[in-house]
Amino acid sequence: MSAIAARARVGRARIGELTLARGLLLALVAAAALFVASELLSSFADLELAEGLYFFCVLAGLTVLTGLSGQISLGHGALMAVGAYGAALLIGEQHWALVPALAAATAITAVVGLLLGAAATRLRGPYLAGATLAFAVGLPALADKYSSTFGGENGLVVNPPNPPSGLGSSLPLERWEAWIAGAGAVIVLFTLHNLVRSGYGRAMRAVRDDEIAASLCGLRVARVQTLAFVVSAACAGLAGGLLTVVLQLASPGAFQLSLSLSLLTAIVLGGLGSLVGAAWGAAVLVLLPSWTRDIANSFSLSTKVSSNMPLAIYGLVLVVAMLAWPSGIQGGVRAGGARLRALVRSRRGG
Amino acid sequence: MTRFIDLTLNGISTGTVYAAVALALVLIWRSTRIVNFAQGGMLMFTTFIASAVINSGASYWVGFVVALLSGLVLGALVERLLIRRVAGAPPLNAVIVTLGLLILLEAVAGMIWGNTPRSFPPAFSIRGYDVGGTRVLFAPNDTFIVLVVIGVAALLGALFRGTALGLRMRASAFAPEVARLLGVRVGRMLTVGWALAALVGSLAGVLVAPSVFVGPNQFDPILVFGFTAAVLGGLDSPYGAAVGGVILGLALSYVSGYEGASLVTLAALVILLAVLMVRPGGLFSTTRERRV
Repeated sequence: MSAIAARARVGRARIGELTLARGLLLALVAAAALFVASELLSSFADLELAEGLYFFCVLAGLTVLTGLSGQISLGHGALMAVGAYGAALLIGEQHWALVPALAAATAITAVVGLLLGAAATRLRGPYLAGATLAFAVGLPALADKYSSTFGGENGLVVNPPNPPSGLGSSLPLERWEAWIAGAGAVIVLFTLHNLVRSGYGRAMRAVRDDEIAASLCGLRVARVQTLAFVVSAACAGLAGGLLTVVLQLASPGAFQLSLSLSLLTAIVLGGLGSLVGAAWGAAVLVLLPSWTRDIANSFSLSTKVSSNMPLAIYGLVLVVAMLAWPSGIQGGVRAGGARLRALVRSRRGG
Repeated sequence: MTRFIDLTLNGISTGTVYAAVALALVLIWRSTRIVNFAQGGMLMFTTFIASAVINSGASYWVGFVVALLSGLVLGALVERLLIRRVAGAPPLNAVIVTLGLLILLEAVAGMIWGNTPRSFPPAFSIRGYDVGGTRVLFAPNDTFIVLVVIGVAALLGALFRGTALGLRMRASAFAPEVARLLGVRVGRMLTVGWALAALVGSLAGVLVAPSVFVGPNQFDPILVFGFTAAVLGGLDSPYGAAVGGVILGLALSYVSGYEGASLVTLAALVILLAVLMVRPGGLFSTTRERRV
């Protein structure tokens, strides 16, 4: 009897139900979609795509941290700065190749995340928010203090990445940048997709929901939370490295507190803990500033207004989303889908 | 040695401002269990209003009073319109709402007044006193800062300890259900608490503005310092906030004087983490922290 049931279970475990295979499939589909999109888009849109892809990396890490393990971080903008400056120094000063430089930038940021995360495990809610806030406000000042290394206010400039000659000389630089950022985003997507569904992901959710119960089940709460922070920091570091490659510049002005708060807005908007939501959030972060600029131009508003419009919208979104719509765009889509399915089922039933 | 004395005096003056910000955070934490991350934005906004009033030709004192009154109104509005709706939700929601308000206020200030920091006049001379022929780093304006913060703290203490309103507010903070059963209008008390806290915050904004300048993002470090001071003294303790503010002011003044001003915020982070690791309840906590 049980043998039959077991065989039935194996038979039912089709490719879609195996986490690793599913993750791989998802990554392949995402990569193919990105490739097609980058071929179709203009070079300006390719640049926006590249920006959206590095934002996706940091947002995916942040949404897993906040949504899955329940820790808030206002320091991810500063962690991006660590990755960005790491990549800029390795590529610009040490003349490392692209891939090892990005890997090293990711690793450096993961180490910083380990230090921050080890401290974070002892902090809860507002305390953690305050500590990471201090990190976000304080870190950019280091560029000024050690200006001979970090280039002060002007930051560090790196040369644009050269597309390999094998791809033909007609490949636009922006498309190549979008591919680089896309490779990073696909790696992040695959890693986090598996992490969320692994034992570690379950452990994180257990810790988030009830620390005492989780520790009674033998989970090491501090270790699980630190792991989440390190993974999330590594994603931020990769995003920072990609930002340096795409924009060819790492400067303190790009990593102010407002960046960290924008990242928080994007994951709240996308829905905490949702990787698809992170993609929504990344799209908003890239498209909103250019839309508001267009709108401001067509109403001939001053630059004072137009340059602050995105931040005002982020602020409003944070407040309104928390008051009215705490599960974000992706939560709304999911709820809409569930309602639709229920409707279809009731039609079929009746 | 004179440098050390100068830095100490400067630390006391800036420390009292941090103490005022910390006090604003502590008052709200005690009553609603929310850390008001929007405090930095709120005091920035009221200082901008004061700056606009002074620039339009009014005297410094008119601007000063307008800042305090607008702080009072802003605090009450924020509690009524936003905070009341997230009370009882998970703590993360309140954190996110106050952060949202922070960037909203910063963006609106930038829209109205621009992002370039502007100067702000001090109340009194900032030329240091002459002591035995040398000029020390403590001016009449610093005396004013210290005295006005001590005065406001004393008034608040008298309000909480000596008046019926203060008793009702304390009752609403510590036992809302019981207070409500006894006829205290708890919601109104919370509004008053937020208004008073915002008033103290706006006072800190006006006092610190001459040295940090007025701009949408100029007060972010002040928020960090106020939070650090509050945690240093224990988020539950107004006296702790005051002492924590002065200790932090001194520590940061030495860091700034000997190591450079750009390290100050990171030094605050180190102090914050050290306190949270060693004594999470703060230096003056009376309740033992919960251990898991």
